[in-house]
Amino acid sequence: MSGIFGAFTATHLLYLAQGAVWTVALSMLAFLLGGIAGFGVMLMRISRWAWLRAASAAVSQVVQGIPLMVLLFLSYYGVGMMGIDVPPLLAASLAMMIYTSVFLGDIWRGSVESMARTQWEAAECLSLTRWQAIRLVIVPQAVRLSLPSTVGFLVQVLKSTSLASVIGFVEITRAAQIVNNAIFQPFLVFSLVGAFYFLLCYPLSRWSRQLERKLNVRNR
Amino acid sequence: MSAIARLENVHKHFGSNHVLRGVSFEVRKGEVVAIIGQSGSGKSTALRCLDRLETVESGRIEVCGHDLVSPGLDLRQLRRDVGIVFQSYNLFPHLTVQENITLALRHAKKQPPDQARETASRVLEQVGLAEKAGQYPEQLSGGQQQRVAIARSLAMAPQLMLFDEVTSALDPKLTGEVLKVMEDLAANGMTMILVTHEMGFAAKVADRIIYMRDGVVWEQGGPDILRSPATAELRDFIGSEL
Repeated sequence: MSGIFGAFTATHLLYLAQGAVWTVALSMLAFLLGGIAGFGVMLMRISRWAWLRAASAAVSQVVQGIPLMVLLFLSYYGVGMMGIDVPPLLAASLAMMIYTSVFLGDIWRGSVESMARTQWEAAECLSLTRWQAIRLVIVPQAVRLSLPSTVGFLVQVLKSTSLASVIGFVEITRAAQIVNNAIFQPFLVFSLVGAFYFLLCYPLSRWSRQLERKLNVRNR
Repeated sequence: MSAIARLENVHKHFGSNHVLRGVSFEVRKGEVVAIIGQSGSGKSTALRCLDRLETVESGRIEVCGHDLVSPGLDLRQLRRDVGIVFQSYNLFPHLTVQENITLALRHAKKQPPDQARETASRVLEQVGLAEKAGQYPEQLSGGQQQRVAIARSLAMAPQLMLFDEVTSALDPKLTGEVLKVMEDLAANGMTMILVTHEMGFAAKVADRIIYMRDGVVWEQGGPDILRSPATAELRDFIGSEL
């Protein structure tokens, strides 16, 4: 054992890299599935039916009040109890999707509701259906408005994927734990992992801030 | 000629505020009718009722053959038959001038893209803004935006056009260009109902003036009622507007 790398070898690095790939994969699944489901949540929360608005708001509140780690356990053991053998990726994706969708649904509902009522009226008076108004008039404008906070939230999601290690999903944090258990070089291993998260999150944060500035200039 | 729009004893509250207290009037095909009155007289609310942007508590409303208080109302067909232009233009800021106009043609009227673009060119020509087709609303002056809003409404080929204080947000210079477009429309035989503070324009272009006060039609008649009002209230109102 010599130098700062000590027992840390290329094999360990490769193992961490594999974990990194799974972190990225889980993040992308969470963005994608959570985004689709989040759009559905947003639609329910602005529905014309009061019962659907109330029900979706209640579910959102409940999910937002549960720690992600608990959602992961529920997803892993809950689905498992139905007699299905759940691969950790599936359980993690499911929990991350639910978690992401209620927060994105909330962010997007906020920007849709902040659109001037007159835009809805103009669309309606041009004989567009409600769905056409949402799709062609409201959402394109709301997307622009919500982009900074959406990207900002995605940074949170990316970091939160580390929690999926608790159900045995070997993403980069779990991989680092395993490597560290073998060679006990915590400072080195976890610094590498921290750097990896930072390299992914920092550009996203920068982008989010840029979008925000652009939006503020436009609205001035 | 037959009535294209008719309100009969219409009542409406906003909360405890009784804004329409039995409004009745009729507009015939080809007529240009100006509704005038103080703020809070119910004139904009009455106009909005004609496109069913407001629902009412009692009374009858018929527009372009649609019974607006019937539960079986075909709202989308009503909105094709009636065009409305608002004080705040309400253009879609994320779309170009041309896209603002073609949006409803493509999606509500299901016109093919070529035909929709042709229609857009024609109506933009009509309001004198053919060269602005590719610009975004924020690049236009208020007067130009309002003319685009008129063109957008016009493109749907409505039988009746409603104008809700369309020049109130504009300075006098820009007001002129919008009024000119409306005057041309009137000259081409469009049936128009306008809520306005432009007394000169109302006197010149309207076939009939409706003076609303306290949620009722207080006085109505030809444009000459602006010169020789029958009621003291209208006389005072005209005095205050000059």
